Amino acid sequence: MTTKPILTVQDLSVVFPDSNGGLHALEDISFEVAPREFICFLGPSGSGKTTLLRVLANLLQPTVGQVHFIPRQKPKIGMVFQQASLMPWRTALDNIKLPLELEGMSESKAREKALEMIELVGLQGFEDSWSRDLSGGMAQRVGIARALIHDPHLLLLDEPFASLDALTRERMWTELSRIWQARQKTVIMVTHSINESLFLADRVLVLTQRPGRIKLNVEVNLPRPREDDIRYTPQFGKLARKLREAIE
Amino acid sequence: MSVFKRVQNILPAILSIIFALLAWQLTVQVTQLPRFILPAPADVWLRFLKALDDGSLLYHTGITLAEIVLGLLSGILFATATGYVLAKSRSLEKILSPYLVASQAIPVVAIAPLLVIWLGDGILSKVVICALIVFFPVLVNTVVGVRAVPPALYDLMHSIRATRLQILLKLEVPASLPVLFGGLRIGATLSVIGAIVGELVDAEQGLGFLLQLGDFQYDTSMVFVAVFTLIALALSLYGAVTLLERKFLKWQK
Repeated sequence: MTTKPILTVQDLSVVFPDSNGGLHALEDISFEVAPREFICFLGPSGSGKTTLLRVLANLLQPTVGQVHFIPRQKPKIGMVFQQASLMPWRTALDNIKLPLELEGMSESKAREKALEMIELVGLQGFEDSWSRDLSGGMAQRVGIARALIHDPHLLLLDEPFASLDALTRERMWTELSRIWQARQKTVIMVTHSINESLFLADRVLVLTQRPGRIKLNVEVNLPRPREDDIRYTPQFGKLARKLREAIE
Repeated sequence: MSVFKRVQNILPAILSIIFALLAWQLTVQVTQLPRFILPAPADVWLRFLKALDDGSLLYHTGITLAEIVLGLLSGILFATATGYVLAKSRSLEKILSPYLVASQAIPVVAIAPLLVIWLGDGILSKVVICALIVFFPVLVNTVVGVRAVPPALYDLMHSIRATRLQILLKLEVPASLPVLFGGLRIGATLSVIGAIVGELVDAEQGLGFLLQLGDFQYDTSMVFVAVFTLIALALSLYGAVTLLERKFLKWQK
């Protein structure tokens, strides 16, 4: 890596206390992330992927180890959850502008920005829909828009497309890839889909079964923008096989 | 909704009221009971007009309504504040819940005389009785409502670094509102009972006083007027809560 990293994680371990000596979720995790890099953590369920994101989002204190953000101590974070986690008493637009409300931005300015985000994620016409009236894919778009609206330093994605059907999921990959290129954010995503990680990421880190350790750290040197049929290229196939072999 | 549909919706209720009034009138005519035991609907109607005319009905209704509203509001205030603290602290809940449950085992009727002795026969003792009777259902619903806030939404709020106050106002209050409204509906109807129980113990004014006065003077029509006014009060309170619910929970329908 030539550029200075925006985030370094050193010797991170997380142990959840339980009756027999603690549950080791993550062990000796160290990695660096460059500005505007898109990295994916790939691992089977129970590899501590979500735990790692929770530590990065400051929702959980690591048992051992450190997380350093370069620009300042407390970075702004945008997070997209497995379930869209929208507030059902807010419309799509009001859900999106929540982070700006918390920052104390004026109502009219927040609304204007939220309308821009609606356009970015392609939800024109659904501004005033309640979340229960949105499909899974639409709800997740609202979640992505909400995570981006306050211009975060770091975007964290926790298997955001896991609950979507296969067709919608693949459409969302293209969307996310487009949004990422438009906004140039540093992104850390966890997933258990090899295709998803190769389609989206600059770099894929494979985690082992619990306790999660980094087993493989692979650059994805596929050209961008990546189209659907990149999955049928030999280069993609080679990377996919390498990742498949690394996952137990 | 079209006018026709609206009429269609309330028609059964209107018909049943007309039917009940007819049955009442018929009973009076067949049994020939004296007026002080069972007055006819027409007698009650005339008594109602008289009480309305001399201003006594409005005055006493106003007093009872004031007791109910003040009692309801203070009861809700204390119950939601206590409920929030209990929902947040399991240990406090363990310490306080025996007292709270025990307080529910005592019927308000039993402690109402005490409260009147301590706080006097004025409006204050009734407000407190009202607040007490409203307290428990609102408290329980507050605890249930706050505990039911999805953990994922707390994660969301923490990830965008919300303050405690922001979490309260933008997450916990709106998320627990549906359950809270369930408690408010019960509380609103109970508050009417609270005010009347207080007034029946000892009072110089209010619908309960009017009811007792009618009783002492064998003015049974007056008792009926007071009872129907109470029903109207309870129905309007319930309606007001329902209206508020519709306004604040329009995302649910």
